[in-house]
Amino acid sequence: MKGMTVIVKKTTQLIAGIIFLYGIYIILHGHLTPGGGFAGGVIVAGSFILLILAYGSDFLNLVKEERGSTMYENLAILVFLFLGLTGMIAGAGIFFANWLPHGTPGELVSAGFLPLYNIFVGIEVAASILTIFLALVIFKEEVLK
Amino acid sequence: MELAISVIVIFMILGAIYAIHASDILSAVIAGGIVGYSLVICFLLLKAPDLAIVQIVVETITLIIMVAVVLDSSRKEAYGKFDTQAWVTAATAVVILAILFWFLKEASAPLAPFGENTMRMADAYVNGAVDKTGSVNLVTGVLFDFRGYDTLGEATVLVTAVLGVLTILRIRGKK
Repeated sequence: MKGMTVIVKKTTQLIAGIIFLYGIYIILHGHLTPGGGFAGGVIVAGSFILLILAYGSDFLNLVKEERGSTMYENLAILVFLFLGLTGMIAGAGIFFANWLPHGTPGELVSAGFLPLYNIFVGIEVAASILTIFLALVIFKEEVLK
Repeated sequence: MELAISVIVIFMILGAIYAIHASDILSAVIAGGIVGYSLVICFLLLKAPDLAIVQIVVETITLIIMVAVVLDSSRKEAYGKFDTQAWVTAATAVVILAILFWFLKEASAPLAPFGENTMRMADAYVNGAVDKTGSVNLVTGVLFDFRGYDTLGEATVLVTAVLGVLTILRIRGKK
């Protein structure tokens, strides 16, 4: 896949970081404002997809990238499952029990386990959508070869 | 508000019909985008910003990938010929649609009007979520606390989808 023109590359350079930060904001504030792990994860994946579409596949080593995103995806779902299991071990013996102190509602660090769940689901969604996109791009490169 | 939603739904149906019958696949993909973006406006009118954010981002990414695929392959629609088998299929579809519509009408007659809940569970969720979960955003409280199993299932579905894509789109085996 070839990259696009200089205008697109420069605009992407300016915008991609802001989109990435916005996705992280949506994930971290999931228990306060609309949004959460799923929406923020897709926005984070969107910033990576924007970069790959603008710069083409010569710019990044896509196979290495795909290996990394697959690893992050699997680790994130394992950590999510493990956080659910800690409720079984330490809490009241219920799967997905929210046994951490809740804090004051409305603050950034509050609601016990919910921000942690949001963060790991966000990593999982971002990595899986990026993996699917990279798999499609790599498949096309291999067919063309 | 119901009038606005009805107008948007009619717009969506028109877009879907055009997407089926367009001879250029690129315009069919963009007409499919009409359906997705109209759904975003519907979600916003029904006061569901969480769903609207997810829908608008997913729709954009899907549209970009579909346009890239169409630009790389052919833009012409491949029409099959309309023989006896196609007539039988179409007649069966119409009959099944009529039966399903009748059952939907019968089943939705005793329900409460649109937007009014009949379940006692909903009251407990809406009134007690902030105290029980500590989360101000009710949707996150329900998704990750009351319905943690469902969220685990959704995440597992994503992992399975990625595994399927990686299995199908592999040309050379690993040594």
